[in-house]
Amino acid sequence: MLWREEFSLHAAEERYVARRQFGKFLVLSSLGMLAGNVWILVRSLLGRGPAPVGRAVARTGDLPVGGVKLFRFPEDHDPCVLLRTAQDTYVAYSQKCTHLSCAVYPSNDGRRLECPCHEGYFAVEDGRVLQGPPPRPLPRIVLERRGDQLWATGVDDGSTES
Amino acid sequence: MTPTRRPPTRGLTAIDGAIALIAVLLIVQMWLLTATLETFLAGHRGPALPAAIVSAVLFAACFALYLFIERLDRASRRPPPA
Repeated sequence: MLWREEFSLHAAEERYVARRQFGKFLVLSSLGMLAGNVWILVRSLLGRGPAPVGRAVARTGDLPVGGVKLFRFPEDHDPCVLLRTAQDTYVAYSQKCTHLSCAVYPSNDGRRLECPCHEGYFAVEDGRVLQGPPPRPLPRIVLERRGDQLWATGVDDGSTES
Repeated sequence: MTPTRRPPTRGLTAIDGAIALIAVLLIVQMWLLTATLETFLAGHRGPALPAAIVSAVLFAACFALYLFIERLDRASRRPPPA
């Protein structure tokens, strides 16, 4: 009977039951690890979507020099940051740090983008890494001026990976 | 005459060894998941597929060792032939 296998009548056999149950626990943990890896694989495959469609992100007059605006591109779950660094210069980057995807914010002096999680710093001009653990520059959002509006039209992550 | 019971420690060493092997494989799998997650969050999607395959192989090895434990366990509990 099943219950006899899990609740042994003999004290000496308890050792077997305990080991078998511990082994079962370890194997279930292993299954959990596999599920985690499969989840990452599925997310990786789903992330390779079609090319992003352009999206209007701001009017040119809305943002003062040194101003910042947050927007989402190419999808609603992709936060980005738009900065006006000079009279006619706008730059935009993905807000996800290339280290562990924490949100980056402009520093008080507006000259760099900071990741507060592990103190990673990026240059505002081109998104390159200035300091800290991030391995790559911030993905740059390609901007296009259409009349008095700024449009995000693509993402340049600087890598050759598809 | 009553049949003599087998020694209660029969097969325990083999079971302990198999459990130790499962634990080692599980630690490797944990490391693999951590490393894959870190590379995924850093924007690299390439390692996801090989990592999933290796993780599946490790799980299969763990499961095979568990089946080995089950078999040993059953054999140890089986009453001796009269």
